[in-house]
Amino acid sequence: MWARAVLLGYRSWMGWHRGFTSKTDPQGSGRVTAEVIEHLERLALVDFGSQEAVARLEKAIAFADRLRAVDTDGVEPMESVLEDRCLYLRSDNVVEGNCVEELLQNAHRVVEEYFVAPPGNISLPKQDEQQPFSHN
Amino acid sequence: MAAPVLRGCCLGRCWALACIDSGSRHGRGAATGFTSSGKRGQSFVAQQPLLTAQKSRKGEHKWAAVVGLEIHAQIVSNSKLFSGSQVHFAAPPNSLVSFFDASLPGTLPVLNRRCVEAAVMTGLALNCHINKKSLFDRKHYFYADLPAGYQITQQRLPIAVNGSLAYSVCVGKKWRQVITKTVRIKQIQLEQDSGKSLHDELRSQTLIDLNRAGVGLLEVVLEPDMSCGEEAATAVRELQLILQALGTSQANMAEGQLRVDANISVHHPGEPLGVRTEVKNLNSARFLARAIDYEIQRQINELENGCEILNETRSFDYRLGFMPEPNLPPLLLYDTASLPAGADPQQVINIDRIREQLPELPSETREKLIQQYGILPEHSFALLNEVGLLEFFQNVIKETRAEPKKVTSWVLNIFLGFLKQRNLAVNESPVTPSVLAELLNLLDRKVISSAAAKQVFEELWRSKGKTPSQIVSERKLELMQDEEALERVCHAVMEGHPQVVMDMKRGNPRAINKLIGLVRKVTHNRADPMVIKEILEKQLLS
Repeated sequence: MWARAVLLGYRSWMGWHRGFTSKTDPQGSGRVTAEVIEHLERLALVDFGSQEAVARLEKAIAFADRLRAVDTDGVEPMESVLEDRCLYLRSDNVVEGNCVEELLQNAHRVVEEYFVAPPGNISLPKQDEQQPFSHN
Repeated sequence: MAAPVLRGCCLGRCWALACIDSGSRHGRGAATGFTSSGKRGQSFVAQQPLLTAQKSRKGEHKWAAVVGLEIHAQIVSNSKLFSGSQVHFAAPPNSLVSFFDASLPGTLPVLNRRCVEAAVMTGLALNCHINKKSLFDRKHYFYADLPAGYQITQQRLPIAVNGSLAYSVCVGKKWRQVITKTVRIKQIQLEQDSGKSLHDELRSQTLIDLNRAGVGLLEVVLEPDMSCGEEAATAVRELQLILQALGTSQANMAEGQLRVDANISVHHPGEPLGVRTEVKNLNSARFLARAIDYEIQRQINELENGCEILNETRSFDYRLGFMPEPNLPPLLLYDTASLPAGADPQQVINIDRIREQLPELPSETREKLIQQYGILPEHSFALLNEVGLLEFFQNVIKETRAEPKKVTSWVLNIFLGFLKQRNLAVNESPVTPSVLAELLNLLDRKVISSAAAKQVFEELWRSKGKTPSQIVSERKLELMQDEEALERVCHAVMEGHPQVVMDMKRGNPRAINKLIGLVRKVTHNRADPMVIKEILEKQLLS
């Protein structure tokens, strides 16, 4: 499941960089660099703790790369399968809300009627602060 | 063409404006085609004024500052942008939250029609091109008050682009002349607001209230056409007035309905732009100007000391977090020509209809005031700048025969002065428009002098319930109507002070003032100083 999220992050990163062209991957070798790993970890908050995980990622990317076998020259990319649907416009009336108790049931911890979260954003330790682990 | 040079940029004040002369100048060529509004002031796109560092070194360095703004305005609507929970300022925590707002699985966004109309209205009022097709995106980032992990926004193809906002600055001697400046609007987009976080340092936790999560926002992006804090603050103020006139946002900075982030950089003119820094979450117009000027000065100082400007908020390219919102098809808008036949009116938005229904904008209102009452541009600005003041002014005008210029002077100087001294809003004033109108009528009919009128006003402010006429008769402030009696007094005073009369004959201008003062004392201030002066001069000649 996480692999899909990470793949999305990777694709998104590469895609926005090159504007979704269907050219061949300039990386060629299929190895994922340490820099990219660190980047993905920060974006997706997933911890690549082992060489096995990185290898699995590389295999997943290679698998998805088979999409490039499809010739999409001259085809306008779709944004969503709903592209030609009508966007429904709702009238500006209040019809929901007022369900504090139900919502708070899902929370692990509450204080009065607030959700409780850890302070701020827990930032990832920097690359050199992590356990020494070679990505290559 | 030489741009004006400043000496010593002081914090919080843009001296640039004082140096701009009234000659017309070219725009920078990047205009949107905004033309002169036809007002008396000059219209042009602002030149970048130059700033010199406070610590000037050998051979002064000239700097230019560039300021862009990202403004978020909360849309006035009953319900949120993508859900039917209520939009309200103060409510028990998490009571105005629907399942969608809390990002529970299985919920989907449903677009609020009112928010789209608000965006179109705002776009039209700001001279934008309205995109008939616009798209929604997800902007991903992790924060506890963003339960979905992404914010729905319109980065790629927003609802309105390429507009302009005109604002006016006072320049020249005594800041009398009014110049119109323009800032380009890059885009206006619809987006979701986030919830609120309350940080509890003591227990190392954050309390989250999602009442605000999902409220509709208009993000207005202003291009970096501004060059100092004052320009930025003035542009923001004008935007506030426009949004309030349209009714699309209450735009109250103190209540968080209008939030401004500023992007600031400095460079030497002729060289490329410098590194930008961001100043975020400014919540008052005055603080906005000072914070921007402070940052400009800080950057100048850093660069002059040989340091680099670091851009901390952009340590990675945040654009990476975008993807199209898959649950929302494109938003399509129509005009009268393209409206599909037989369409459900609830489900289509006609840009032309909205344009027809646009209310009067502040710039129009000011122009009308100038035309109708012959008041000066800077006064029309002042009248619109205070909530309720324009209405007050118009009510006074309705009930008085006094000249508009007189009314303007009284409302803007004396009335407003009293309000400001006591920190009151117009609707908290103890003096109503009718009462002021009555007072001005007395003044106009020359029943009382100007000085007496001010005394009466003070009294009116303090003790409610009394009418101006009552106070005038109680304190015997009526002007002497008997001209002959006044002539006799003048004659007597002149006889009693031959020295002063000699001074007057010798042409000493202060002598006559002395005599006027003496006559006023004798008449208990019930004579008009101008009339006294006339009589004295007449008597001197005879």
